[in-house]
Amino acid sequence: MNAIASHKPAPAIPVTQSGVADVVAASKLGLVFNTNDGPVQALSNVDLTIGKGEFVSFIGPSGCGKTTLLRVIADLEKPTSGTIMVNGMTPEQARERRAYGYVFQAAALFPWRTIADNVALPLEIMGISKAERAERIRRTLELVNLAGFEKKYPWQLSGGMQQRASIARALAFDADLLLMDEPFGALDEIVRDHLNQQLLELWARTNKTICFVTHSIPEAVYLSTRIVVMSPRPGRVTDIIDTNLPRERPLDVRESPEFLAIAARVRDGLKAGHSYED
Amino acid sequence: MRASLPWQIALALLAVVTGGVLQLATAPGGGPGNVWPALGLVALAAAATLAMGGRPVAQAALLFVGAHGAAWLLLSGVAGHEGQAGASFYLALSGAWLLAWRCVTVLSMLKPASQGEKRLLGLIIPLIFGAWVLILWEAIVRGAGIPFLLLPPPSAIAERIGVSTAVLAADFRQTVLKAVLAGYIIGCGAGFIAAIAADRFLFLRRGLLPIGNMAAALPIIGVAPIMVMWFGFDWPSKAAVVVIMTFFPMLVNTVVGLSASGHMERDLMRTYASGYWPTLFKLRLPAAMPFIFNALKINSTLALIGAIVAEFFGTPVVGMGFRISTEVGRMNIDMVWAEIAVAALAGTLFYGVVALVERAVTFWHPSIRGG
Amino acid sequence: MDSLQSKIVPVGTLLAILVVAWYAFAVMLNGPFQRDLDRRAGETPGQLEFLMRTWSQPKPTLPAPHQVAQNFYKSTFTVKPWSNRSLIYHAWVTLSSTFVGFAFGAALGILIAVGIVHFASLDRSLMPWIITSQTIPILAIAPMVVVVFASIGITGLFPKALISTYLSFFPVAVGMVKGLRSPEVMHLDLMRTYNATRPQVFWKLRVPASLPFLFASMKVAVAASLVGAIVAELPTGAVAGIGAKLLNGAYYSQTIDIWAALVAGSLVAVMLVALVGLAGRITDYAMGGRPA
Ligand SMILES: Nc1ncnc2c1ncn2[C@@H]1O[C@H](COP(=O)(O)OP(=O)(O)O)[C@@H](O)[C@H]1O
Ligand SMILES: [Mg+2]
Repeated sequence: MNAIASHKPAPAIPVTQSGVADVVAASKLGLVFNTNDGPVQALSNVDLTIGKGEFVSFIGPSGCGKTTLLRVIADLEKPTSGTIMVNGMTPEQARERRAYGYVFQAAALFPWRTIADNVALPLEIMGISKAERAERIRRTLELVNLAGFEKKYPWQLSGGMQQRASIARALAFDADLLLMDEPFGALDEIVRDHLNQQLLELWARTNKTICFVTHSIPEAVYLSTRIVVMSPRPGRVTDIIDTNLPRERPLDVRESPEFLAIAARVRDGLKAGHSYED
Repeated sequence: MRASLPWQIALALLAVVTGGVLQLATAPGGGPGNVWPALGLVALAAAATLAMGGRPVAQAALLFVGAHGAAWLLLSGVAGHEGQAGASFYLALSGAWLLAWRCVTVLSMLKPASQGEKRLLGLIIPLIFGAWVLILWEAIVRGAGIPFLLLPPPSAIAERIGVSTAVLAADFRQTVLKAVLAGYIIGCGAGFIAAIAADRFLFLRRGLLPIGNMAAALPIIGVAPIMVMWFGFDWPSKAAVVVIMTFFPMLVNTVVGLSASGHMERDLMRTYASGYWPTLFKLRLPAAMPFIFNALKINSTLALIGAIVAEFFGTPVVGMGFRISTEVGRMNIDMVWAEIAVAALAGTLFYGVVALVERAVTFWHPSIRGG
Repeated sequence: MDSLQSKIVPVGTLLAILVVAWYAFAVMLNGPFQRDLDRRAGETPGQLEFLMRTWSQPKPTLPAPHQVAQNFYKSTFTVKPWSNRSLIYHAWVTLSSTFVGFAFGAALGILIAVGIVHFASLDRSLMPWIITSQTIPILAIAPMVVVVFASIGITGLFPKALISTYLSFFPVAVGMVKGLRSPEVMHLDLMRTYNATRPQVFWKLRVPASLPFLFASMKVAVAASLVGAIVAELPTGAVAGIGAKLLNGAYYSQTIDIWAALVAGSLVAVMLVALVGLAGRITDYAMGGRPA
């Protein structure tokens, strides 16, 4: 239950050309789960750096280790080999400094708290004053277009609104890094398009770094500055694709030839990953 | 560097030192209870554990031997000197107890590799706990000289069980094999049939379910005197109480269980044009099995309680409830404890048998398959 | 509303059928003795007269419902509530030890559950015993506890409450352990991403998540507590309480008294469970519970 801390001496902080520490820097990262049916190699040899302000999507078939990678960044799992740094610290140190907000696949709101109180949860835990809390709740709920729903309970909201509330909860304490694990996976396509647009707007406004897990190619291309393509058994990175779409992206950018070209490349990357095992 | 001196060990050493000083001051020559050797053994085991460092299995074994060896020394020393134990006796006892606690803590932290080891650990740890309940009971009763008339030590109860096996067996036969079994079978059977009837007719279900739910809260056991008047002193009146007590849990659980099968599965049966009875036997009853077994398990305990308490209202001169109430009256408390031990064993066995059958019947259920 | 109505009619019908059957059984069970009486008195009552007589014996094998109701009314509303003949008095005696025992039992159960959830060694060593002990007919020790305490001069509420404590502690401990462990993994992970301390996880997640379990188990516990108090009143001719009333009725074959005492006990039980249920509803409402 407790963190099994492995305090290794911290290696030199990886530094980009600009002199700022990378938000995420992983090298030769590997993770093996010991299950009843023997070891499962969930991640193997993952090399990845994510700079400040990037929007990075992780895409791949289910079981390829996307969630696991995100959980390693969040210090919810410990890697069994390789190194990983978050903001130049170990993931554990980063977690202790509340360096990131995590959005789960389900909204995971507490059913006994109102929307406002749910957003207040991390703030209470971090010991933020009551007045400050009220101000932040107002601000973040506005950011996700949920102003006016403060007093509602989660079950009185639609699935899309619940997921927005959980994003507000992740934004409330102003971490610079947002980790999102298929946050819109359970929603229908119409709601998902809408939320994607809002997420982009939010990203533009707040300049946060976002790691976003998905298994939808259009979603990944539409949202990201970079796409990390992964494949299973063992979970590994097969391709990293830079997208050079403009930051301003109306929904119909998805019909543009640039968009389609990138999508084709992602699809090829996924196929390549698959042919490996067949 | 953390946990280099576990607090249980530290306290145990403290207890040994204080106990030693007190013993020197009061009875340096020994006194009752083998206090000196026990203190020595506790100190030795504690020190050796510390010196050994991080080898949990060896540590646990050492602690186990130290704690129980000391306890055995203390118990055998105090027997025959009831009521003469001093503070050093209790300090030595708590030292041994702390070692056992440490032993359990070490064992709890082990990460067993195989399923067999896991099961073994799951058995050893609670057994150590149970043993210490008995050890402390024995030591305190004898050490403080509590009259056996009020609270006999476990050893006296065991002795009593050994001496009175014939009586205990006769009581067991009367209460469990006659009243409990008959009542349990009739009560559970009747509850099941009523549930099937309630399932056929919505009106009946709507009426019976709230009544059955409420009945669970009622002190049904109070019908015992009435049943004794109606069915006489012998076991049928006890069986009648058991029937009434077990009827409602079975009814409610079966009715709920029969609606536990999923809509999709029921629609599937509809596409086969399956009638009521085939659907019942092929889908709904199997799906209801976990609920039915839940009732069977609840009822196994209720049945024993019902039969024993009903005997407080009058029986022929045999039966567990009869024995308890008459021996209480004669202040033969050790016999009462012996009877309670038998009742506890019977209850656990009864429950265990039902649980075993459940495992065999509902092997497909997630709670049995293990997740 | 709709569901309430859809219940009231069937339940009412069944209860009506039950009352009719009760009268019929009363005739069947009391008939032979009545015939005996009539023969000895040399009377030959008509059919209707015979029925009425089977329903108005002073010590019937099965008293008719109206006899029980009359007795209940008489000993509840027409005598002073603190008199020895009042059912209110006896119910109060039982209720007070039920209540004290339940309060201590629930508190103890919660405490043990918290310990079990937080200490692996307690979980591994105590939990198996708590589960095993549910299979033991614990009620059997009630007479002994009462008598042993009486022999060292402790009588009255305390020993009875002790048995109630014992009986109500198990369901609460088991339910509360389940409840404190009920939070989803995702919620626990969420708290971990906030680097929440153990007390924070406990108060903000585990406790609220456990409350529905707590109230469900307290309903069971309060009923068990009442049974414990009643059974504890059986040995050594306790002078007051519903259990004593039952025993006295059995001793003097006052069947109507027994039934009236049973009705009183049942009412107390329903009231107690309803009270706990109400407390649960209020808590649920305060926590924004979804209307069922
Ligand atoms: N806690 C765990 N224990 C054992 N195996 C796990 C655990 N979590 C994930 N895995 C395994 O690791 C692999 C990657 O899982 P995951 O990261 O959830 O994939 P994705 O999110 O890409 O669908 C899968 O094979 C999965 O079965
Ligand atoms: Mg996943």
